[in-house]
Parts: sequence; structure tokens; C-alpha cells
Amino acid sequence: MLSALESLLKIFLHANLNRSVQVTMGTIKSVLKNMDKPLVLVYLLLVAAGWFNIYSVVYDPETAAGFSLATRYGKQLIFIGLSLVLASLVMMADLRVFTQFAYLYYGLCILLLLAVLVVGTEISGAKSWIKLGSLSIQPSEFAKVATCLAFAKYVSQPSINMKKPRQQILAALWCLFPMLLILLQPDAGSALVFLAFIFPLYREGMSGWVLVTGLVAVFLFVAALLVNRYVLMGGIALVVLFLIWRNKRTFRNIAMGIALFATCSLYTLGVEYAFEHLSPHQQTRINVLLGKEQDIRGAGYNVNQSKIAIGSGGFWGKGYLQGTQTKFNFVPEQSTDFIFCTIGEEWGWVGCTVFLGAYLFLLSRLVVLAERQKSPYARVYAYGVAGIFFMHLFVNVGMTIGLLPVIGIPLPFFSYGGSSLWAFTLLLFIFIKMDARQRFV
Amino acid sequence: MRRTDIGRSSVILAVFIAVFVIYWLRLFQLQILDERYTLDARSNAIRHKVQYPGRGLVLDRNGEILVYNEAVYDLMVIPGQVDVAGMDWNLLAGLLEIDSLGARERYQKARSYSRYVPSVFEKQISKEVYGRLQEYMYRFSGFYVQSRSLRRYPQPIAAHVLGDVGEVSQSELEADAYYKSGDYIGKSGLEKYYEEVLRGQKGVKVVMVDVLNREKGSYKEGLYDSLARPGENLYTTLDAGLQAYAEELMKGKRGSVVAIEPATGEVLALVSAPVYDPNLLVGRVRSRNYGNLIADPQKPLFNRALMAYYPPGSIFKLPQALIGLQEKVITPYTGFECDKHLIGCHDHPDAKSVAEGVRMSCNPYFYQVFKRIIQRGTTPDIFEDSRAGMAEWNAYMRSFGFGNRLGIDLLDEKSGYIPDTAFYDRFYGRKRWAFSTIYSLSIGQGEVGLVPLQMANLAAIMANRGYYVTPHLVKGIGEQHRVPEVDTSRHYVGIDRKYFAPVVQGMYEAVHKPRGTARRAEIDSIVVCGKTGTSENPHGEDHAVFIGFAPMDQPRIAVSVFLENSGFGGTWAAPLGSLLIEKYLTGKVERTWLEKQVKDFTIFTYDAEGNITGPPAH
Repeated sequence: MLSALESLLKIFLHANLNRSVQVTMGTIKSVLKNMDKPLVLVYLLLVAAGWFNIYSVVYDPETAAGFSLATRYGKQLIFIGLSLVLASLVMMADLRVFTQFAYLYYGLCILLLLAVLVVGTEISGAKSWIKLGSLSIQPSEFAKVATCLAFAKYVSQPSINMKKPRQQILAALWCLFPMLLILLQPDAGSALVFLAFIFPLYREGMSGWVLVTGLVAVFLFVAALLVNRYVLMGGIALVVLFLIWRNKRTFRNIAMGIALFATCSLYTLGVEYAFEHLSPHQQTRINVLLGKEQDIRGAGYNVNQSKIAIGSGGFWGKGYLQGTQTKFNFVPEQSTDFIFCTIGEEWGWVGCTVFLGAYLFLLSRLVVLAERQKSPYARVYAYGVAGIFFMHLFVNVGMTIGLLPVIGIPLPFFSYGGSSLWAFTLLLFIFIKMDARQRFV
Repeated sequence: MRRTDIGRSSVILAVFIAVFVIYWLRLFQLQILDERYTLDARSNAIRHKVQYPGRGLVLDRNGEILVYNEAVYDLMVIPGQVDVAGMDWNLLAGLLEIDSLGARERYQKARSYSRYVPSVFEKQISKEVYGRLQEYMYRFSGFYVQSRSLRRYPQPIAAHVLGDVGEVSQSELEADAYYKSGDYIGKSGLEKYYEEVLRGQKGVKVVMVDVLNREKGSYKEGLYDSLARPGENLYTTLDAGLQAYAEELMKGKRGSVVAIEPATGEVLALVSAPVYDPNLLVGRVRSRNYGNLIADPQKPLFNRALMAYYPPGSIFKLPQALIGLQEKVITPYTGFECDKHLIGCHDHPDAKSVAEGVRMSCNPYFYQVFKRIIQRGTTPDIFEDSRAGMAEWNAYMRSFGFGNRLGIDLLDEKSGYIPDTAFYDRFYGRKRWAFSTIYSLSIGQGEVGLVPLQMANLAAIMANRGYYVTPHLVKGIGEQHRVPEVDTSRHYVGIDRKYFAPVVQGMYEAVHKPRGTARRAEIDSIVVCGKTGTSENPHGEDHAVFIGFAPMDQPRIAVSVFLENSGFGGTWAAPLGSLLIEKYLTGKVERTWLEKQVKDFTIFTYDAEGNITGPPAH
């Protein structure tokens, strides 16, 4: 561990400090030339839009007189400044700082995740923060970056054949372990994000059936909570019968059909059982989302207010700072998990379209660049990054528009908070660096 | 790159795109297709209306209402919802009877405060104005009426006890998250002490409002509403009749009257004169009247009954006699010569017993008693000896409730002052003082200060022959007449009951026997026990004091009367006290000649211009 740290320092110093100023200038020039400008541009746009959005949520004519760093938008500006510094550091550093020590970072994050279970500060029911004086850090945010690096390093080893299911399972364990620790906090939202690695796994050779199975699992999950178990099992039986009827009615196919039916039924019963043992506030949130309980004040109020806010935006939106529904904490967690409401209310459907377009551009750019990478490491990493961004968007936006349960998870670059902003910046810029280096070489 | 890889990346992209398209369509549905939400947007459909509960009533011991509520209406404005172009300011101003420029200014002020938070546009609109306004409300988008209630007092009495209600201050807002700007809170008296009982619990009603500012009924059938819980009534121990009578007698005087039911500690009347009408501090006239009252040189807002320190004068001889008896430095039959060389006195025969000493209020007699309490001869050092006696004396006096807050259920009670050894050590230096330094304490002058409530409590101790119950003003809360958290136990003062007999006998003789100092307190039908006092005032005319109780056996009322600048206690304080006793015990006053005399005696009057003639309060 110590020697690893030592060599880490050596490489870093060698890369940056020991070189002459000329070389550093050269590095900056080549970095500026080779980094993927569309990605950087969309990053800057999103971060800027995110800040203006937070300003709008916090904005109150009463206190608008002076700009203050004590407010949320003031603090967010500091966070943004720091993340730009972070991004520059990443671009100047030697890439090996990240790749070489991926396992070390992973280990550190696991330690932090274990520590947070013991010494963490509990905020709204989850022990996910470590307090260091006035600064609070959320280890699960940085665990995403470290897991992505370590996972990519593991998967991209030449000796590993990802076509083999055994290797796939071993690779999956890299993300399942931190996921489990985060579930213990319990922070379902952050844990869910680690399912993002299904995308690089699939890309590297995992069977498409797993993807399909995953989708079916999600569908059955929701259905199990929504529909009476006997009705659901009847439905599953009908589908299985249909499949058997469509295929050859051999003994083998029939046996497989019955096995399929049994697996699905057990799964739904398992989900039901797990749900019974969820913490009450999560049960409530899920129930309300599914429309099973109407008279739930808190949770129903959240989603309802959020839908009203977004819905009231209409086509053009109410205009910047003109939102009425997203002020005064009508929607709790307005500047964190429910920040998308403000976009919807103030910028309308047009703004939402631009927002979704920008993110879709970011994701597709990541996928396109991933396929261009010569090194498998960078490719796997890029898919990891894309997957993580996608999961965040999928869960967060889905929640605010009432399509998914209320699960606390930040909207990248838009939600208030330093940890998540830095983690996303780190995540993205390590890839931009990988990409730039490849072009340079 | 292999073909399958391209296929796989396309599948991943397809998944991304599919989800984004689903969300995009869902947003289309929410923002454009779904009328429910877009309608909400145009009309700001949801309004959170705070439901203010009625404040609890305050009643007297016989169920007579002392404080009730009157409905008034506040006109509220949400500036962001005002249709500026279509707003008819002249109409609104006309309805409210204000000028239209002022109306615009108010709107600007509210807007600069917040565009979304409702502000009060016009406070406390009368029912009549509200009725007229109601017809035109549809023309004033962004305005709505919120009903509130004001305190009203059917009789203008007991202002100091009942206290007042006003808007929360900044510090009160910060101290308790329950209050929002513009809320009302008890500011003094019972209103403040029992604030949480009286205020109840605010509720909120979420209503839908259409474009024309009309309420469209409850949002989601009241799903998010919470009911306001009304405040609870306060059943006080006051006797409204006695309180009103006492205030009438105190007209033109400065000072205080306190009456207590000795057995229970229930306060029957508590007056600080000059009094003021509690209705003055209500509603729109409040701030102007408050300013006037503060500026009044008679200091009517100062609650003398609980806050003014006065030297007790000769009523202090009662505890002195009791301590002397308990410490066995005198017996009931100890006599002392009226030696005017020791301390000044009026002309009277020598007192041959404690009872006679009390009856004639002989100063040298109590000089001797106090000397025996302080100087016991326990050590040859006269200074140390006095110091030891002083420490013991102080402990006795504190057990009488002097120098401590008694703990009445009002917040502005003061403790009074009883000197102790530390005080004299600091003042004169250790071993620099002895009995000869402090002898004026013997007759209740010097470094001693009591508040009138403590004087009434002394009367109650005499009536109970040895104990008091903490004076209190509330005996029941709410419909169940819940007993408030007040101490109703007996506090014994550490004097044996047998020692009270000679002292109480002296109080009886003071009223009913020749040469008694409180002869003017005599009532034919009632056996009254009393003690007068004259509290020396270096700033002007002396203050007059009287404490007493009646009937002598099984007392039902104990009173203290304190009249600033009114001379000898027997002249006006004693008859005033006896009138209260007569009124309370018989329900009427037969000595109308005395009543007239007492009423006619005033130390200040207001001339035609409202200026005071007579000495201002010091």
C-alpha cells in the first residue's frame, strides 16, 4: 500500500512538476488540441445551465439584493470552480495516475464505504455522509469513479475472455460489492446506479439474453408490487403457454417453459417479500408511485407537486426565475433530487427537449468515441461512464415525471452538491483524457 | 472492429434513445396534452390558506367572560398574481376607504417583499367593509380575504393581569418556528404565560382558485388539509366584581391592590393603578395607544403589584414578632417601654404584650424585638454576634416568600429584596456593621423591599396561621378544567401555629380596639384583622400600606393595599382594604359615606386638556 502510494506520487510529480515550463506549455497545447471539444462543450453547457437553474430555485426577491456565497447558488459556484480545477488537473496529469492505481482507489473507496456505515452521519434516513468539519463527503459518489476504473482495468486484461459466463460473473462482482455496501446505508438510489455496468458487460460479450432478462426483471418488479400475485402468475402462465405454443412442442421446450414459469413466479414472490421488509418510507414512496395508496400525504405530495410544476411549464415554460411551483419548498429536495421540476416549469417542453437532447448527445458521443478507442481499457471505461450517466438520468427524470418510484439520486451537473459534481467531472474528464492521449499518440 | 460489436453498440444506443423518447413523450403529455396541469399553471390553482384557530376565552371564577374574540378580516395580496394592467386601484381604495396612491404603494411594498408570499394588504377590516368588498373580489385577482380574530374585553378591567396580544416580533419569530410573520402572540400577562394553551394549533386548507380569483373548493377533497385546533379557555381565579370595584376605588391613586383567597392561594383581584382599558391595546389603534401609555408620566403600563419594590413599613412588624416568638427571645407577654430615644414613635401608652405592640404599632417595641433576634450574645464579639443573628433572620424572612419570586403565573413578577450578611459585608465591610447599623429594618424601613403581591401573601400567611399557597391566577384550562402546572402545596414558613395567636390578636385589636392604628377598617358585621404601615419615601409624601384578612376565623380573603404618596396607612389604605373585604364577603357596601371619602381622595387628576395635576410617579 505504502509503496504504491510512493510510486503514485512519483509518477504524478514526474508528469507535472518536474518538467520544465516549456514542456508543460506543450502539454497544455496538445491537451487543448486533442481533447474532444464537443464533449467538453456539452459539459460546460450543462454545468452552466445547472448553476443558473439552482440560482432560480434559491432565488427569492427578498434576498436577491446581493450575491452571497453563503447561499446554495453561491456554494455551487465554488463547487463548479473546484471541479474546473479538477478537470484541468486530470487533463494535465499522466493518465497512469488513474489507470495504474485503479485497484488502489477501488480499495480505498471500499474502505470509505465500510467506514461510512460506522462513522457516517445520518441524513434523511441514510448513513451516506462523512463529515469532516464543515465539509460533508459522500463516498458512494466517488465509489462510482473508482469502480468504473477498476472494472475497466479488470475486464480489459488480455487474459480474460469476456465471452465466458464465469468471467462475466467475476467482472460483475466488481460492481456488485460496492452496490451491496451502499444498499446497507441504505441508499437505494446510489446502489441502483451500479446496474449501469450491465452496458459495458453487454458490450464486451455478455449474452443479449441477460439484457432481456434484466428488462423482464424490472418489469416484473414493478408488476409484482402493482398487481395481485395470482393475477400476475396467471399472466406469466399465459405468456409461457404462448411461447410453448409458438415453438416446437417438444418435451424439452415444455420443461423449459415450466422452469421459466417457476423462476418468474418465485421472483415476483421474492420481490413481494423484500418489499414487506423495506423501510416504511421507501414502502410508502413505492406504493404511492404505483397508485396503490392515495391518501399518503408526504410522498404523494412530492410526486404530485413535481408533476404540477413540470406540467405547468407548458410549451414555452414560464421563463427564467418566473417559476411559482418550484419555490418555497412546495416540492421538497427542490435543489437536489427534484431539480428537474424547475427546468420543466421555467423552460417548458422546449427546454426539456433541449435538456434531453443535450444529454442524449453526451451519451451517444461517449458511445461513438468508445468504439473509436484502440485500448480496450478506454472502451470499457467509456461504456461505464455512459452507463452511469444514463442510470442517473433514467432514475431521476423518471421519478420527477412520475414514471418511476421516488428514489433519491442526483441529476448530473444539475443537482446541488459538491460530491456528485466532482465525481461526474472526474468520471467524464478521465475519459476525455484517455481519448485525447490516444489521438496524441 | 467486428460486426457484432457494432451491433452491440447500436443496441445500447437504441436503449438510450428509447428511454429518452419515452420520457420526451411523457413530458409532452404532462406539459401540453394534460389540461389539468396546464390549467393549474394559468391560474396558480393551489392556494395554501392558513386556518387561524380562535384564541381561547378568559373567564373569571364565576364564569363571567373577561376576554372574547371578535372576527375581523385581513385583506391579503400575492403580488405575483395581481393583474397589474386590469387592476382598478381606485375601486379597491374606495372600498377600503384609503387613497388610491397609498394602495399602489402598499402593492409595491408587498411586491418588493416577495412576489409569491402573501402579504397583508389591509389589516383588520371591519365586517361592514368586508361585506362591500366581497361583492367586488372577483375583480381583484391576487387578493383574498383571511379571517382573523381580535381580543375584546366586555369590561375594561384587569389589563395588567390579562395582558395583551400583538404581532410576533422578529426575535419571537426566530425563537419558535410555529409563528409566521404577521401571526399574533401573547405579549404580556396571562396571554403570554398561557400562550401555548390559548393559541391552539394553526391549520392549513389547500384550495383551488380559478382565473377569476374564485375559490373552486377543496383541493383533492381536503387530502392535504389540516384542521385548526381552537385555543382552550382559561378559567381564572379572579372575581370580576371585586376586580372592577378595586379598580374603581383606585381611580386617581397610584399603587396596588392584591386580594387572595388564603386557603387556596387563588388571586381574587390584582390591580396596579393607574389602570388602563385593555381595549386600547387591540387592533388598529394599538400602536398609537401603546405609545401614549408609554409616554404617560404616571407609568400605567408598569405592573406595580408585581414589579414595584416598596419598603413594607410597619406591616413588617408582623414577621418580626413571629420570629421573636419562635426564637423565644420574647414571649407573648413581653413588654417594652416606648422609648423615643431609640427610634421615633407617636404618643401612646407602653405596650405590655406582643398584641399591644402590634395594635399600637409601637416602633421602640419592635426595635427591642429585632435587637433580641439579631444580638443573642452567642459570642462576645458584637459584630460576629450580629452577623449570626442576621443570617438566621434572613432565612426566616425568605421562608415568608420575601426576596424570592413567589411563582405566580405571570412572567413579570419580581423577587423583592431582603438584605443578607453578604450584602452588609459588601456594603460596610466585614465586622464593620452590627445591630446598631441595621436597626431600621425592625420597622420595615431601610434596605428592604417587597412587591405588593408579597404583602398580600403575608396577609394570607397571617390568615392561614403559618403557611401560604403560591398565589396563582388560573385554576382550570379547557373544557375539562384541567389544573394548570402550578404549585398548590402549602408552604410553611417555619413559625409554630401557636405563636400566631398573639400576633393575630394584635391585628384584631388594631382594627377593633381603641388606639388601634387601623380603626378605619372596622366593619360592624365582620371581624377584620389588619395592620397598617407607612412606607417612608425620601422623594416625597410617604406611602400608605394596609394588609388584612377577614373573617378572623376561617378567613376567606386576604388583601394588601399600597397607596403611593398617601401618608399614614390608617388614613386611606385601611378603609380602602376594608371596603374590598366588605364587598367581597357581603356582596355590597353599606358604608357608602366611607366609600365616598375613599373615592374622593386622589393624588392626581387630569385636567380638561388631559394633563396631570398632582405629583408624577417617581
